[in-house]
Amino acid sequence: MGSIRFQNVDKVFGASQAGVKVLDDINLAIGEKEFVAIVGPSGCGKTTCLRMVAGFEAPSSGTITVSGKVVTEPGPDRAVVFQQFALFPWKTVRENIDLGLRNKNLPAAERDRLIADALKLMNLESHAGAFPHQLSGGMQQRVAIARAYVLDPDVLLMDEPFGALDAQTRVVMQEELVRLARVNPRTVLFITHAVEEAVYLADRVAIMTRRPGRIKEVLDIKSVRIAENWDRFARIEDVMDQESFVHLRTQIWKSLREEKGAQGV
Amino acid sequence: MNGAPLSLRETLAWGALGALAFVGFWTLITTSGLVPRQFLPSPLDLVQRFLHLLTSPFAGATLPEHLASSFRRYAFGVLLAAAIGVPLGLLMGWFRLLDDIVTPIFDGLRFIAPIAWVPFAALWFGTGIGGPVMIIFAGAFPPCLINAYRGARFVEPRLIEAARMLGTGNLRMILEILLPAAVPSIVAGLRVSAGLGWQSLVGAELIVAAAGVGFMMVQAQGSVQTTTVMAGMLAIGLVGMLIDILLRQGEAWMRRRRGLDS
Repeated sequence: MGSIRFQNVDKVFGASQAGVKVLDDINLAIGEKEFVAIVGPSGCGKTTCLRMVAGFEAPSSGTITVSGKVVTEPGPDRAVVFQQFALFPWKTVRENIDLGLRNKNLPAAERDRLIADALKLMNLESHAGAFPHQLSGGMQQRVAIARAYVLDPDVLLMDEPFGALDAQTRVVMQEELVRLARVNPRTVLFITHAVEEAVYLADRVAIMTRRPGRIKEVLDIKSVRIAENWDRFARIEDVMDQESFVHLRTQIWKSLREEKGAQGV
Repeated sequence: MNGAPLSLRETLAWGALGALAFVGFWTLITTSGLVPRQFLPSPLDLVQRFLHLLTSPFAGATLPEHLASSFRRYAFGVLLAAAIGVPLGLLMGWFRLLDDIVTPIFDGLRFIAPIAWVPFAALWFGTGIGGPVMIIFAGAFPPCLINAYRGARFVEPRLIEAARMLGTGNLRMILEILLPAAVPSIVAGLRVSAGLGWQSLVGAELIVAAAGVGFMMVQAQGSVQTTTVMAGMLAIGLVGMLIDILLRQGEAWMRRRRGLDS
C-alpha cells in the first residue's frame, strides 16, 4: 500500500519520430508514507511525471506502478491536488468533498462522518456551505486538500499546490501541510520549483535536469531533519535559519543553477 | 465599438429619437400620397387596427386569442427542441463516437431554413399541432444542440481531470460536471433558440387551419387587408421582444448567481 515506482519511463510529446522528448529514462521509487519532492527548471517535465502517476497521461515507454499495480487510468487511489485548485464552482465546499465519497457508494452516515473529519482537519467547518468563488485562494486550496485526503488515497499527488498563492498564505499552507503529515502521514509526490518549500516539506528531494528531463540526483533530507531536530520549531522561518537547512538549500540551488547555465539562460 | 459609452438616460433618449424619426418618416411617406394606402398603411391606421383586433375577432378569434394559440405551439416546439437538443449535445460533448456519427448529419441539415420543411411537416405530422410544432422545432433545435455541445466540449480540462481522479462515472460526469459547466452556454443557446423559434412561427402557421397570429396574417393576406397583416407583424415583434427581454433577465440572474458577473 502506498508506494510509487517509475521504471525506465520515457515521455515523448507528439508523433514518436518528430516528437519532443520531455522525459528520459526516469527511475524513482517512493516508499510507503514517504514524502518526495521533485524540483527542476521549468519545462523539465516534472509536472508530466505527476500527471503520469495520476493516469492523465501515459508513458511513451517504461512503466509506472502504484502499490504494485501498473497505472492505466485516473482513480481515487491516487488523489491529486492541482495548482489551480480545480474545485467545481457550482458545488459547495461540502459537495466538492462529497463527490469522491459518493462515487465510492459509501452510506450517507459514513460520508457525513468523513466529511466532518476532513472539514475539521483543514479548519473549514464554518465554510461547508460556501461556494469556491466566495473563498480566498488559500481556503480554496484547503478544500482541494480536504477533497483529496477524504478519499483515503494510497498516494497523494501535489502539483505545485501553493504556486498560485500569495507569499503569506503560502507559508501558512506549508506549515499546515507539515502538521497534516504528522497527524496523518501519507505517501506524497510533490512537484515544486520552490527549493525552500521542497527542503522544508520533503523526506527526499529529486532534482531534475533541463529537457529532456532526467533525475539528476536525489537528496536525503529526512536524516538531516532528524539529526538536527527541525521538528522542534513550529515556524518555517526558524527552520530556514538552521545552518543545516541553508546548506541543503544551497546545494540544490547550485545543482539547479548548473541546469539553467547549460540552457544558456 | 467607436464612441464613449452613454448614461442610461442618454441611451434611452437617443433610442426614442430614433424611433420617433422612423415613425415620422413613415407618416410622411403615407400622407404624401406617393404610396397607395393599400401598399403601406400609415402608423396611425396600424395602431387603430391593432387596438381594434385586440377586442374584435378576425378570422375567428381576437388577436390575444390568436397569440395564445400561437404561443402554445411555440412553447411546445421550443421545449421539444431543448428537451432533445440539450441532452444530445451533452452526450456528443462527452462521447467522441456519438460526436463523429451525429455531427456530419447535423451540419448538413442545420442550414436548411425551417420554412423549407413546411410541406413535409404537413405531410408527416399533419396541420394540427404536429406540423407547426415540427417547423418551430426545426428553427429552435440547432442552437440548443450546438451550445450544449460546445459547453460540454470546452469544460476546463482540469475539472474533468479532477472528476476522473475522484472516480466519477459517465452518467454522473454528464449530469454533475458537464451540464453545470455548460449552463451559461446552454442558457445563451436557449435564448437564441427562443428567438429563432418565434421567427419560424409565421412559416409554421402557413399550414394551420384554425388559429394563430400567422394564420390570421395568411387570412388577411388572402383578402388584401394589409393593415391586419402589419398588425400581426407588430404583435410578433412585440411578443418576440418581450420573450427576449425576459430571457436576458433570466440569463443575467443565472450569471450573477454563478458568480460569473458581479
